[in-house]
Amino acid sequence: MNRQVAITGIGVVAPGGVGKKAFWDLLVSGRTATRTISFFDPAPFRSQMAAEVDFVPEEHGLTPREIRRLDRAAQFAVVSTRECLEDSGLLFAGVDPTRIGVSVGSAVGGTTALEREYLVLSDGGKEWEVDPRYISPHLYDAFVPSSLASEVGRAAGAEGPAAVVSTGCTSGIDAVGYARDLIAEGSADVMIAGAADTPISPIAVACFDAIKATSPRNDDPAHASRPFDRTRNGFVLGEGAAMFVLEDLEHARARGAHVYGLVAGYATRCNAYHMTGLKPDGREMAEAIRHAIAESGIAPEDVDYVNAHGSGTKQNDRHETAAFKATLGEHAYRVPVSSIKSVIGHSLGAIGSIEIAACALAMQNGMVPPTANLHEPDPECDLDYVPNEARAVDVDTVLTVGSGFGGFQSAMILTREGTDA
Amino acid sequence: MTPTLVVQREEQRPADEPRTVSAVVTGIGVTAPNGLGTEEWWQATLAGQHGIRPIEGYDTSAYPTRLAGTVTGFDAAALLPGRLLPQTDRSTRLALVATEWALADAGVDPGELPEYGMGVVTSNAGGGFEFTHREIRKLWTEGPEHVSVYESFAWFYAVNSGQISIRHGMRGASGVLVADQAGGLDALGHARRTLRRGNTLVVTGGVESSLDPWGLSAHIAGGRLSSVPDPERAYQPFDIGASGHLPGEGGAILVVEDAAAAQARRVRRCYGEIAGYAATLDPAPGSGRPLGLERAIRLALADAGVAPEEVDAVFADAAGVPALDRAEARALEAVFGPYGVPVSAPKTMTGRLAAGGPALDVAAALLSVRDGMLPPAVHVPSPDPAYRIDLVRGEPRDLRVRTALVVARGHGGFNSAVVVREPKAP
Repeated sequence: MNRQVAITGIGVVAPGGVGKKAFWDLLVSGRTATRTISFFDPAPFRSQMAAEVDFVPEEHGLTPREIRRLDRAAQFAVVSTRECLEDSGLLFAGVDPTRIGVSVGSAVGGTTALEREYLVLSDGGKEWEVDPRYISPHLYDAFVPSSLASEVGRAAGAEGPAAVVSTGCTSGIDAVGYARDLIAEGSADVMIAGAADTPISPIAVACFDAIKATSPRNDDPAHASRPFDRTRNGFVLGEGAAMFVLEDLEHARARGAHVYGLVAGYATRCNAYHMTGLKPDGREMAEAIRHAIAESGIAPEDVDYVNAHGSGTKQNDRHETAAFKATLGEHAYRVPVSSIKSVIGHSLGAIGSIEIAACALAMQNGMVPPTANLHEPDPECDLDYVPNEARAVDVDTVLTVGSGFGGFQSAMILTREGTDA
Repeated sequence: MTPTLVVQREEQRPADEPRTVSAVVTGIGVTAPNGLGTEEWWQATLAGQHGIRPIEGYDTSAYPTRLAGTVTGFDAAALLPGRLLPQTDRSTRLALVATEWALADAGVDPGELPEYGMGVVTSNAGGGFEFTHREIRKLWTEGPEHVSVYESFAWFYAVNSGQISIRHGMRGASGVLVADQAGGLDALGHARRTLRRGNTLVVTGGVESSLDPWGLSAHIAGGRLSSVPDPERAYQPFDIGASGHLPGEGGAILVVEDAAAAQARRVRRCYGEIAGYAATLDPAPGSGRPLGLERAIRLALADAGVAPEEVDAVFADAAGVPALDRAEARALEAVFGPYGVPVSAPKTMTGRLAAGGPALDVAAALLSVRDGMLPPAVHVPSPDPAYRIDLVRGEPRDLRVRTALVVARGHGGFNSAVVVREPKAP
């Protein structure tokens, strides 16, 4: 069995606003959502900025018990799940719950809640042998992030196969790829798939400080995330979630669902090189792109838009520019390429799904979001990165890629339904 | 080199439409509380020797649970290159060593196989927890500039897949799944899927360790641990005295290959086939709908093309919590009939190893196939008569095992099942 897989619902919680409309409006506005960290005092840290979500859980339908039980990442996942379900019309479609599965990507899961619980247990870090009298019953769910998948399953009434996909910063693509596989092979008819991460916590900020991966441009937080710019000096941490209803295309057609597009090709590879380092040639990412393109049955020159990983680190932007040239050839110089991390930062495991949402909305709106803060071209990054202003483009086929710690490199092709691929 | 992909545009058919492959296990590496190395662990397991011990290294007197399945005598410095030590948590060291042993067992030199045909799919529930405990403590007591440069990748759940792929030059489709205990079987299911989509060899399984004070606290928070202080009475699944379970560390790594590719490289041994897999999620509490375990078992059997009466042995989830034991016994009775199949629970000798436990159970199932011997559940003196299952207790059972079922559940309602089958005669 090898069925086609359609995206029929989208839900987003991202910096700059909750809901897919607020998300898209921000992306094409030219504004950015990166700012000085407000969640805690960032003064001791090298990088003091993040793209934070202004999120009041009560305003998004979460009950007092859900707010107590769910860590921030799970709250984001549940709110975006409800939005995608409503968007898809699936809530009232009478689908057999055992044929609905769940796949949620997350790189660091409940890290924010874990750190908060740790501080209580250890009394601010003082005690190595933490005091078990202060153990919260919610600590286990923060410890093992598969709680994200069970909470999404509850919210969606899903009883099919369920798991969290946790491949670091490619998790958001890989979770959708995993869901694609399960539908294609017939293990589920519908998958509630996407990703959530809320890493803006002292330990996560300290981690990236330690290896100088994040930008120290603290005097200009709104313009700190500068993918492909010559002056880029690291990424800006973000948070968020995006969830989708994916379903067997025939299933979607049978119930008359709106189809945003198809997950036409997907591949993931490892660079087997370094846990954080990248070789400049982009070889393994190119391999993933090549395979995703082949699987989708398109030709490289059919790609109308490339959603780049574009984290804004020196090595990443060079690495993936090389991978695009290796796989798209001359077309790499013609196709618009952009990074929305310039606007909403890098939300680790969530960003791959948030970027898939951006791609689906780009196809729907005939508009490509820009790379913000791109003013000084880097001779090593010489493609068309759609600087600073959104561009009207008829988008039928999208390539989106991710690259992450552990060496994971993932690529996905989305096409509009009916595209003559 | 990857196979040449022929793009068939007219038919709109993906170039690598999934193949039907037989996924066979050709190598096993074990780091377990009752044995380091596959044979040492297996002989201990058949003999009923457990690895439940008091947790050492810190004062546990304030904790309600002070026992765990602990790996002893593991000398990481002697087994791994020195440069890997500062950047890895104990769980990753145990995983890297298990991988090396599994590859040696399979007779594989990864340098001789196509780099994009080899993948790594592991499951992880806790990540590098003790490592991160140390670093988060430094952050809050000494300041951010004292946090290790390795913290960013020593903690996260993808660490084992990443480190294994780097160490062995494996660049093919890989992944990481988290579904509490059940994830250990989901990894095997996904490993098989990557073979269908083009890999020829996958390193898979799970190895865990999170018994530092903070990790132990997290396990305690799960609400299912036993506080009985006697190592032989604390974890007694299906017993009338069941009081919860114990955590543990370790697990198993398996080398799984496309049978045709394994044959082509003249593999010296095949333990058996990953013949069936399925996963389900329990309905939301209070929905009144049935739990998903029985369905996961039936789906895995159907996936393997196996009827219940063809199953020779079951490796149970064995939660040790009365309500969960009851649910599992009912599911087994529903599928196999009362006392319909021998049921084993070797995890009574190791504690529950998070994602490592089900992977270790699959290793035990494959060795039962090899040796015609089913290991016992230990420390179950008085099985609850309400559970109508044939629990193999105390002593191993002489049994020709052609087909075995491994069951796993996780917090949050995860159910997974794997069917393994004896190797086909060459």
